[in-house]
Amino acid sequence: MESVSNTPEAPNARTPGSEASDGEPLVAVHGLTKLFPVGAGPFRKPSSFIHAVDDVSFQLGHGESLGLVGESGCGKTTVGKLLVKLLEPTDGEIVFRFADDSVAPAADDPWDSAAIRGRLLRSFRRRVQMIFQDPYESMNPRRTIYDIISEPLSVQGMGDVQYRVDRVLEILTLVGLAPAGAFLFRHPHELSGGQRQRIAIARALVIRPSFVVADEPTSMLDVSSRTGVMSLMQDLATELGVAYLYVTHDLAVARYMCHRIAVMYLGKVVELAETEELLRNPLHPYTKALLSAVPVADPGRRRQVPDIRGDLATPIDPPSRCRFYERCPAATERCLNHPHPPIEEKTPGHLVACYEV
Amino acid sequence: MTTPVPVGPIPTPEFEVELGRGRVRFVLARLRLMWRSFRSGWGIFMESRMGRLSLFTIVAFALMAAAHPILMAFVWDPATYDPVTGYSFDQVEQPAPPSWKHPLGTDPLGRDVLSQLLYSTRSEFVLGITAALVTVGIATFVGAVAAYYGRLLDAFFMRLADLIIALPAISLLIVLSALFHLNLFYLALIIGVLGGFGGTAIILKSQALSIKVKPFIEAARVAGGGDFHIIFVHIIPHLLPLALLYMMFTVTSAIFAEAVLSFLGLLDLRMSWGIMIHTANTGGYLLGGTRYWWLIVPAGASITLLCSAFYLAGRALDEVVNPRLRRRND
Amino acid sequence: MTDRSDPLLTVDGLSLSYQTRQGEVQAIRNVSFELARGSALGLVGESGCGKTSVANCLMRLLPDNARLSAGRVLLDGQDVFLLTEEEMRLQRWRRISMVFQAAMNVLNPVYRVGQQIIEAIETHNVEPTDTAARERVARLFRMVGLDPQLMERYPHEFSGGMRQRAVIAMALSCDPDLMIADEPTTALDVIVQDRILRELKAIQQQLAMSIIYISHDIGAVAEVTDVVGVMYAGRLVEMGDTADVFQTPAHPYTAALMSSFPSISGERRPLTNLPGEPPNLSDPPPGCPFHPRCAYATDVCRTEYPPQVKSGSHWAACWHPLDVTLVPQS
Repeated sequence: MESVSNTPEAPNARTPGSEASDGEPLVAVHGLTKLFPVGAGPFRKPSSFIHAVDDVSFQLGHGESLGLVGESGCGKTTVGKLLVKLLEPTDGEIVFRFADDSVAPAADDPWDSAAIRGRLLRSFRRRVQMIFQDPYESMNPRRTIYDIISEPLSVQGMGDVQYRVDRVLEILTLVGLAPAGAFLFRHPHELSGGQRQRIAIARALVIRPSFVVADEPTSMLDVSSRTGVMSLMQDLATELGVAYLYVTHDLAVARYMCHRIAVMYLGKVVELAETEELLRNPLHPYTKALLSAVPVADPGRRRQVPDIRGDLATPIDPPSRCRFYERCPAATERCLNHPHPPIEEKTPGHLVACYEV
Repeated sequence: MTTPVPVGPIPTPEFEVELGRGRVRFVLARLRLMWRSFRSGWGIFMESRMGRLSLFTIVAFALMAAAHPILMAFVWDPATYDPVTGYSFDQVEQPAPPSWKHPLGTDPLGRDVLSQLLYSTRSEFVLGITAALVTVGIATFVGAVAAYYGRLLDAFFMRLADLIIALPAISLLIVLSALFHLNLFYLALIIGVLGGFGGTAIILKSQALSIKVKPFIEAARVAGGGDFHIIFVHIIPHLLPLALLYMMFTVTSAIFAEAVLSFLGLLDLRMSWGIMIHTANTGGYLLGGTRYWWLIVPAGASITLLCSAFYLAGRALDEVVNPRLRRRND
Repeated sequence: MTDRSDPLLTVDGLSLSYQTRQGEVQAIRNVSFELARGSALGLVGESGCGKTSVANCLMRLLPDNARLSAGRVLLDGQDVFLLTEEEMRLQRWRRISMVFQAAMNVLNPVYRVGQQIIEAIETHNVEPTDTAARERVARLFRMVGLDPQLMERYPHEFSGGMRQRAVIAMALSCDPDLMIADEPTTALDVIVQDRILRELKAIQQQLAMSIIYISHDIGAVAEVTDVVGVMYAGRLVEMGDTADVFQTPAHPYTAALMSSFPSISGERRPLTNLPGEPPNLSDPPPGCPFHPRCAYATDVCRTEYPPQVKSGSHWAACWHPLDVTLVPQS
């Protein structure tokens, strides 16, 4: 795999973290693989493996926001969970370089994800957080808003009650829930979907992490509350210098939230480029199909029919050739006989995994 | 089809939490919240006829238990009324039928039946509640741990639970009480353990499994919570309502088990409802049909009433705990 | 029979409320529209705006706590709410059918998919024999892009998209005049959604069937419908030809909805943030329900519900329409 890219400049005004002085990326993922065994038991070997994430590499700069886009089952959420260490990878490495390394390891030392455990895991959790998709299920219904937001602070043993209350009130105001005091002792079910997702953002950011994995944070929200949450996330990213891995199935949302977009198909990243470049000039046939399948709210405009065949193939023990072969309109003999194409830089900053580009 | 929930801004808070400074106000606000949720649960419990009936019965028995020491201290002469060593010299023949002096008559050994009944009530409560606490403690912990860790630990606990379910509890108790002198406390422990490792642990485990897969558990892990934090802060609170429900049922079975063992004369207790019936039995008075009813009916009725009261309380709690049942009553 | 130029469906002043513990929730208020034969109508709005309630009214599938306070639904000139339950049962599927949001809940997991559709056909006596019914299902399967061989499979063997197709085939099985599709593609991925939308459109044109397409996705509605109605807080606030409404939205809510919708084509314009939340339907604000969130609101908006402004078939209920070619009716 010689597929690691440089972190390109951000496409628009929201300039990602200039504080990363040495230009080292915040997250460097190399050859990340996660296989889930099928049919395994306590005394039984698995009969096959689901290739949820298969040899994925990318980098993410300080304060940058990278979109991970794909259909359901493509492994995008698994990548997110691997990055926050909710899952352990089968293979590959994830290296973090936090800008404010005051705790451990020493400043500027890389954090190898595989070596993070015990005490180190705790301080890792201060730097890496996650926002979950479902604003209804991701909060313990028995706990109050204060309990939910202050949980990262209290399990980390940060400050006394007064300190935590102050932090929670501060972050509640920051996420636009005012008067903050009126929310402290409410339960999640008393709030609307949009308000809950703001609480989820508050929980992730109260500890001031450097990196947040956002797993479809707006997909269950209504149109009008969605815009609010999206702009809130952007504002906070700039204000607090947070980098996002934004996992979503919605290219249009990714366009507004991300500097760069990586498109995943069956466990593989097939294309990675700056957002506008990817949308205007998609190179991989799957990206092209995905883009032309998004309905347009303009009745005067006719979309072209997405050029793709068949249905999503199974990720269980896929053949080694290109994952997209069966559905690809441009597939050739070469695609059939060669292993899955490596992801390569075709134009500066634009990476594609396809033989025919 | 679901009724649309009215959407809109949250209503004005009932209590405005102006948490400027101070831990006291913080704690107070929290207490008020707990009080509010207790009150709503209490309301649902009291709405059900089963709940009111069971509560009334349990309170009545509790008053009976409390009345005994007072009566002994101020009203009753210990020489005549002590439940074990007393003897009523006024009666020519023992057992004597109810009279003004002995409202429930005397037993074959000349002791006052009412005094015995009231005295035993206390031990029944102690036994039932201790056994239930032990059961629920073990079952909740085992259920949560087995569900959370899974794999070997789960397999071990669950096979153990199967084993305990398969063992005939009463026969085992008979053997144990024949081998050892079981007093009230040991009996409560044994009944508690046998009850706890059985069905309750399996039911609580399945509940815990459904909690374990919720995204808020993952959220707690990302927040930095360890296994201990997740089990005790996120999983166990969700098991407690169900645990409370099974606690009620355990009280019933503990009282029942005690009655059976005492009836067989296997327990080292001073006095209990089972022993009262046992005494009647060894004197051959059970064969007398309804002629000596005061020897059997008070204790028998008490066992039945208290057991069913706890059972009904459990059923009523079920409605508090289980929203699915509650909705039907709307 | 009725004249072909008559509207297939007339909804006249429909108002529906649900009785809940929080009080009366006014889910639909004074909704009127007509649907011509063979045309596709879209209903857009956020969750809780009443669009699904409208569909349930048309199907007369209302929960017990629903109350129709005013209005009529005329299907081919016949009032749906005057039919007996038995007559209505025959109307469903034959005259009017529905594709629900959750396809999995519609298909019974223990029967083969084909068999379930055959049963629907046979209960309504659409085909004389079993073989004919079977052939019909095969035809329907091909129409929705499924291999007829799949008839013999069980629902769990189908992917999400296949299931939704099977449900559409089921809805088409009795040649309905009107098909209601309630968020049929919301749970699906874009590529599958695109195919199903195309198939729906093609089938609708091929069978000259009317369709009501309910969705929160403006893009999908814009692509499949001829006429669109925008709902907010139980009211129809704007209606007209899809092209007119989406090119020159008159109601500020429609405009806000459109500009808060991220698009992948064209320039990357900033999204508008619609402040606040939809109103609580058990206590809606006076005047125009949108006024608390509306940038153009004036005093009259806060007190009086706006009249219709109209231009041809395009109308909006607004005091300050954004499209000035719309004028109040005399």
